[in-house]
Amino acid sequence: MAHVAKQANAAHGNGHHDEHHDHEDVKVFGFWLFIITDCILFGTLFATFAVLRGSTAAGPLPSDLIELTGIIVSTFILLTSSYTSGIAVLQMNKGNVKGLITWLGITVLLGAAFIYLEVTEFIHLVHEGAAITTSAYWSAFFTLVGTHGLHVSIGLVWMIGLMLQLKRRGITPVTKRKVTIISLYWHFLDVIWIFVFTFVYLMGVM
Amino acid sequence: MSNHEANTHGESHGSMKSYTIGFVLSIILTIIPIVVVVNDLLSTTATVVTILIMAILQFVVQLVFFMHLKEEGNPRYNLVSLVLGLVIVVTVVVGSIWIMLNNSVVL
Repeated sequence: MAHVAKQANAAHGNGHHDEHHDHEDVKVFGFWLFIITDCILFGTLFATFAVLRGSTAAGPLPSDLIELTGIIVSTFILLTSSYTSGIAVLQMNKGNVKGLITWLGITVLLGAAFIYLEVTEFIHLVHEGAAITTSAYWSAFFTLVGTHGLHVSIGLVWMIGLMLQLKRRGITPVTKRKVTIISLYWHFLDVIWIFVFTFVYLMGVM
Repeated sequence: MSNHEANTHGESHGSMKSYTIGFVLSIILTIIPIVVVVNDLLSTTATVVTILIMAILQFVVQLVFFMHLKEEGNPRYNLVSLVLGLVIVVTVVVGSIWIMLNNSVVL
């Protein structure tokens, strides 16, 4: 939040709009609280997955079906997109609208590539006989990984909308707050993916 | 005020550096567990412990370098709410695993 407050100050250089900044600041904190509750949502999905790990009901095993190569590629894609969304924020701090929109665009492309790989993986799994109804393991798997994928997809739509708004309105305290929030959201999705990658995929092939 | 501006300006330069450091660290922290798992370098327990530590370190890297948690002023509402969230998450996850481990004796 301090980071955000500094950004807001940087835009104006004085305390003239302090009240407005405080307001935007509170909104960012509100979004932070949403992220915390979303962490709890994912926590319950991780707990479910952990409990149902061995319940494959004589169906296909994750170690037989999971292809780590594709997952490693998508992991690096998402990591890179977290970095590019950070660069977008830096461009915004410099007051560079074009740079901001460009880097958000790169982030969207990387996010879309991630979703493409995920959908391809899901189709492959279903073809191999591992659907969400196959066993408790695959139910937990698709729910956990799919919820993350849904979050990324929502983030993509949101980011494209924000890019259009930035093009129209430029960098204002309000659009600044929005970019700050979406970059927080994007970093958060990266954090969740790290745990999905570790618990679901790396431990799944062990 | 000019002092403040200079300060903010210097900071945004530092940020590009901190983002890049964070990015490089997160790449390294992703490669290590992949190498350990793919090449089967360690025993099962050691592998699990290693990849868990790498995931937690990576979490910290993202929080510090990307989400700027350290730059927060006092009072640290962001940190406090995060700690509360983590307490709930750890309780739910570890508690569920623990209960079900004991339950499997009954099953």
